[in-house]
Amino acid sequence: MPDRLTPIDVTGLTLMSGGRCLLDGITCRIEAEGITAILGPNGAGKSLLLRCLHGLADPTSGAVTFGGRPGEASMRLQQSFVFQQPTLLRRTVIENMLFVSRQRGIAEADVQSWLEKVGLTALAHQPARLLSGGEKQRLALARGLLTRPSILFLDEATSNLDPASVQMIEAITREVAASGTKVITVTHDIGQARRLADQVLFLARGQLIEDGKAKSFFSKPRSEEARAYLEGRIVV
Amino acid sequence: MPIYLESVATAFRLMASGDQDLMEILLLSMQVSLTALVLSCLIGLPVGAFLATRRFTGRGAVIGLFNALMGMPPVVVGLIVYLHLSRSGPFGWLGLLYTPNAMIIAQMLLIIPIITALSCQIIEDLHEDYRDLFTSLAVPPGKAVKAYIIDARYSLLTVILAGFGRAISEVGAVIVVGGNIDHLTRVMTTTIALETSKGELALALALGVILLIIALAVNMLASWLKSRASRRAYA
Repeated sequence: MPDRLTPIDVTGLTLMSGGRCLLDGITCRIEAEGITAILGPNGAGKSLLLRCLHGLADPTSGAVTFGGRPGEASMRLQQSFVFQQPTLLRRTVIENMLFVSRQRGIAEADVQSWLEKVGLTALAHQPARLLSGGEKQRLALARGLLTRPSILFLDEATSNLDPASVQMIEAITREVAASGTKVITVTHDIGQARRLADQVLFLARGQLIEDGKAKSFFSKPRSEEARAYLEGRIVV
Repeated sequence: MPIYLESVATAFRLMASGDQDLMEILLLSMQVSLTALVLSCLIGLPVGAFLATRRFTGRGAVIGLFNALMGMPPVVVGLIVYLHLSRSGPFGWLGLLYTPNAMIIAQMLLIIPIITALSCQIIEDLHEDYRDLFTSLAVPPGKAVKAYIIDARYSLLTVILAGFGRAISEVGAVIVVGGNIDHLTRVMTTTIALETSKGELALALALGVILLIIALAVNMLASWLKSRASRRAYA
């Protein structure tokens, strides 16, 4: 049994690029269980924070600890990341899954089971790049979940998808979160955050403006920025 | 015009009759060029993938060097190989000069830069696409290189066929290191050069036609594979 990677503690996370501060001293605790949604207007640094947590971007300063241990590359083996634009190998649907299962020694039965769960069994031998946007994202999600990660990162995984795909991805997300996988999702969709999130981190201008239970964030936002964002006003 | 028609007719007559000399020349040409191609791919593809995916000091200079070597004159390559394989050269003891092996080495030196430089460009584009995914999945570097080569296979095939085209049509280097010895190192291009100098234009043109057919077939195959891959979203 691998060591727990949660809760995730972020301390003073700062990322500077081209003289601009893209993440400004973010400090928070991401709860050990459930679904954490990172919300905020465009350019707030949501995706960048997610990439820093997964080790895809290097912060200028600050630290991230997983279950009390400093983050290291090997921890990525217990994490999965689903990108906004799904990156699929130039192979068939099933070969995209097998690429991961062979690398991690996962049984082919699991591959079939995940394909069935995301409704792609009939398309298993189609070139992955010919799938629709929703199908591609479902494949990316199935490939990410194949490794049974401790943490699942979703970077706007449902933006621009058809409602049926959004519904399926949300259902699977809820299911894996209930089974013990920590889910951290970046989303623009306030409705989706209301439906899914247990915890909300609200960012604006690279700063963490609010951090708390989803219920209280949506009912009584403490900051003016969060209120404006939830009311659909422009947050600069 | 009659000489072209005559040479085309001669070409088909020679091929249809299975002329032994012609077949021997054809066979040796293919053997030398295909061997050089396979060995060049074994070296050029991994080196191209390495250059495409790794960042190190001097990387730009190495890529620039391979790009520059793509245009290296074949006679210069022939001369360099000659100097190394001649009896007084560092590898003279191997006794390779004026053998098909020397011709293979010369052709390899000509096509390795092509395969390396072009595969580097293709894999670099793919690397941009896959980098975050492979980092996220913690794919080991060796497996990543293998995946790049597999996934870029159709584009790389075009590169490989370009390398073959360069090898099979090459004359300057192989004539210097092979010597154009009858029944030993005589290939299509060197035979064309010889027959032209003897005034046997019909035979020279006939061999030229065969060479053109091979080049055309190779290019058509490359185009077909590329369009097939694009249609199936593999390119």
